[in-house]
Amino acid sequence: MQELVNRAKELLADGTVSRVLGWKAGDMSYNPEPAYFNSAEELENFVYDGFCGANLSKYMIEASKLEGKTLVFLKPCDTYSFNQLIKEHRVDREKAYIIGVGCKGKLSVENIKAQGIKGIESIEGAGMNDGCDTLTIKTLYGDKTCSYNDAMLERCHVCKGKEHQISDEVMLESRDTKDAERFAQVEAIEAMTPEEKFAFFQKELSKCIRCNACRNVCPACSCRKCVFDSTKYDTAQKANVTSFEEKMFHIIRAFHVAGRCTDCGECSRVCPQGIPLHLFNRKFIKDIDTFYGEFQAGEDTESRGPLTNFTFDDVEPSIVGERG
Amino acid sequence: MQRVGVFVCHCGSNIAATVDVKKVVEMVSLEPGVVHAEDYQYMCSEAGQARIDAAIKEKGLTGIVVCSCSPRMHEATFRKAAERAGLNPYMVEIANIREHCSWIHKDMEEATKKAVVLARAAIAKVNLNAPLQPGESLVTKRALVIGGGIAGIQTAIDIADAGYEVDIVEKTPSIGGRMSQLDKTFPTLDCSACILTPKMVEAAAHEKITIYTYSEVDKVTGFVGDFTVDIRKKARSIDMNKCTGCGVCQEKCPSKKTPSEFNRGLNTRSAIYTPFAQAIPNVPVIDRDACIKFKTGKCGICEKVCQAGAIDYEQKDEIVTQKYGAIVVATGFDVIKVDQYEEYAYSQSKDVITSLELERIMNAAGPTKGHLERLSDGKHPKEMVFIQCVGSRCSDDKGKSYCSKICCMYTAKHAMLIRDKYPDVNVTVFYIDVRTPGKNFDEFYRRAVEDYGVNYIKGQVGKVAPQPDGSLLVQGVDLIDNKQILKKADMVVLAAAIEPEKDVRRIATMLTASIDTNNFLTESHAKLRPVESPTAGVFLSGVCQGPKDIPETVAQAGAAAVKAIGLLAKDKLLTNPCTAKADELMCNGCSTCANVCPYGAITYETKEINDHGIRETRRVASVNNALCQGCGACTVACPSGAMDLQGFSNRQILAEVDAICR
Repeated sequence: MQELVNRAKELLADGTVSRVLGWKAGDMSYNPEPAYFNSAEELENFVYDGFCGANLSKYMIEASKLEGKTLVFLKPCDTYSFNQLIKEHRVDREKAYIIGVGCKGKLSVENIKAQGIKGIESIEGAGMNDGCDTLTIKTLYGDKTCSYNDAMLERCHVCKGKEHQISDEVMLESRDTKDAERFAQVEAIEAMTPEEKFAFFQKELSKCIRCNACRNVCPACSCRKCVFDSTKYDTAQKANVTSFEEKMFHIIRAFHVAGRCTDCGECSRVCPQGIPLHLFNRKFIKDIDTFYGEFQAGEDTESRGPLTNFTFDDVEPSIVGERG
Repeated sequence: MQRVGVFVCHCGSNIAATVDVKKVVEMVSLEPGVVHAEDYQYMCSEAGQARIDAAIKEKGLTGIVVCSCSPRMHEATFRKAAERAGLNPYMVEIANIREHCSWIHKDMEEATKKAVVLARAAIAKVNLNAPLQPGESLVTKRALVIGGGIAGIQTAIDIADAGYEVDIVEKTPSIGGRMSQLDKTFPTLDCSACILTPKMVEAAAHEKITIYTYSEVDKVTGFVGDFTVDIRKKARSIDMNKCTGCGVCQEKCPSKKTPSEFNRGLNTRSAIYTPFAQAIPNVPVIDRDACIKFKTGKCGICEKVCQAGAIDYEQKDEIVTQKYGAIVVATGFDVIKVDQYEEYAYSQSKDVITSLELERIMNAAGPTKGHLERLSDGKHPKEMVFIQCVGSRCSDDKGKSYCSKICCMYTAKHAMLIRDKYPDVNVTVFYIDVRTPGKNFDEFYRRAVEDYGVNYIKGQVGKVAPQPDGSLLVQGVDLIDNKQILKKADMVVLAAAIEPEKDVRRIATMLTASIDTNNFLTESHAKLRPVESPTAGVFLSGVCQGPKDIPETVAQAGAAAVKAIGLLAKDKLLTNPCTAKADELMCNGCSTCANVCPYGAITYETKEINDHGIRETRRVASVNNALCQGCGACTVACPSGAMDLQGFSNRQILAEVDAICR
């Protein structure tokens, strides 16, 4: 981690960048948060470890409007989001100095708590130099341990790979964390009866408190004015008139990001209610792969997404209909 | 709030028999904004329109809703009526309570309820309507005809005779199309080439007609009156200006093994070839896949023998970009592949042929020089069996559901010609029905039966089995005698279904012209606008619209020409004001709308935006109103809802949905 700080200081000192976008320590050891650093002194608070799951790409929309370049640290999966934002003209490549930073799988304190570990005071073993095998958790009830992989975010178990899709330089080693099939969860839901599906989503989505965290963190939800906030189309009120509100919000959001979602998993990571929101997006990704050929949003900055493109090989609507 | 008037039409009994129109009037009177509601027997009549006029003036209406038939029928009528009364024509909404309601329901109570709901939706929409002003666009006085068969040729000649420039684009090396492959034509039995060739010559010699053969339409942009088309002139490898058409190159060409497309693969042709003797232009092309020079680099014999020095191996595809006011599609048809019908043994025996192949066999310029003979052993057949409806009128997925229309007549023609020329040949026709609607058509068929002794059997063939002695055993059924028939035949001719030319899907997509499940182009109205595509400025000629014989094709070709001429005769067109518009304050500048726009109407500009006091330079979408056709693709693709369609705004559509769901 210290090498990242040193390199950031160098780039600040020689004027290559005007500021640094990274993570700073939070109030607990397991909740670092995205932050700008404007000086070498501020960089003393910089942190990068297994809990730095936050995808910094979206912050570059605002950073692109600032004077000078911004140094941004992007994990391999974050670079897909950054590319997608370039494609949509939302970030300015020229305003970014990208350090592709290695990743050994990101952690979720919720997964640790789910193992019955309570009263957490601090967690050790999440550093980039640690072995990624066991986490030591200091709790009010004494020290506990948890396997690193068991504490990992769902998205890391279906990791897209160690390659950075865009960067100016790469630092730190990455680790292979993929040990599950990407669409296994989607297939399990597809196998349900319509009644079971409805019950499943009713149960999950009824937890929603409409805090908008999923939307606010989502790099694909980058509209200047979200339709749910706009008074222009009466949609803001529309989402409020029935008890079906939360479902409509999430379904509409999934439609809005379809074909653009890189499956970065931030929506599920930030949901305070633990709703597996990524399932909607991943279902769309699976369908797009099936109907229009394999497509990974954010792999490049030029191509057209399958939903905004037309080819003569496109599947006929009747076939899409048959599939349901 | 608008002052809305609602006018409920009885349409005689079309609506009033199923919808309680008085009840509709009563119910809609309670809707917000409605200050006037009435019903009348025929709203579209002069008296009906006068009522609308009077109500607009007396009640000071700012918007009207007409509950009547489909807007495709009378929206224009009521818009004009409103305009005459001083109202902006775009303040008129139609609630379709006929096609969408009275015609499809039987229960009066239910239908009345639905009519009220449809009226409510239209009222909710008109409450949000704003006056719109159409713009003007210029008309390019030139027409494009896609396809150089008899349909395309006739359309081109008719348009050119009216004084407009016409370009024909034909993908094969010569114009002439399917008709040039036919031997004789029904019901008069005149020689196909003898009546077609003069038309081909007339088209080629016409000073207003330019013919692009061996060419394809690559790209179409623009809209009615102002299309821009890229035509790909495929490399012919011959300099058309130098070639004299002497034909020596074709004689000397050592690569002679390519199946002849013109003769349906029944014989072969050279790599450098003109498809047939009367080809126009009489300039060969080099088939680069078959040419030894192109395959190995060695040969070059044609270049050596060409006195004119016309051979050009270096020639490349050339793109010609041209503007057109109107486009006529005349892409024609092909016969279906019959190898999928294993029961007819087409791929097992050379003596099972399609009717189009028989045309070539009967033709003096064909593979057998016009002698009727078996392709397997060259022997003269004694027994011929014709099987009708192969792939036509099928209820399964294997064939076509439609009747190919021309087969009954050409089979009668074939049978008659064979019996006339070779009285020793017995001809049997297995049919489901014999369909002969057309002038002198039934007389023609009767002649085949009565004067020429053709044996017609009502019934289908189950199997054609090739026998060890080279004959074919035909197993069929006679439905009238109710018995099985086993018949030995020397040749079997399949009346294969016709289907639209494969390429038509690609062309229809470029033109945004709609196409039906059988790949036939859809007409704008099945009865009243049969030669117009729903896409403005695109017209339909010939079999691309549906199965037709030659006289019908020529008649339709003329009709399509008249429609195109009617368009080209105008100097200016009023443009549709229902175009897309971007809200610059909401636009993300993401380019999604530009990606999905089929008309290339959206561009992006970087400009300073004053967003509630915050000045920022942003990339925002800008719509060219002349190019935008109001399809709405951008409005649904736009993630932020910045893109909206004037006259069909998201808000209006949601208001309609709300009114329906209330």
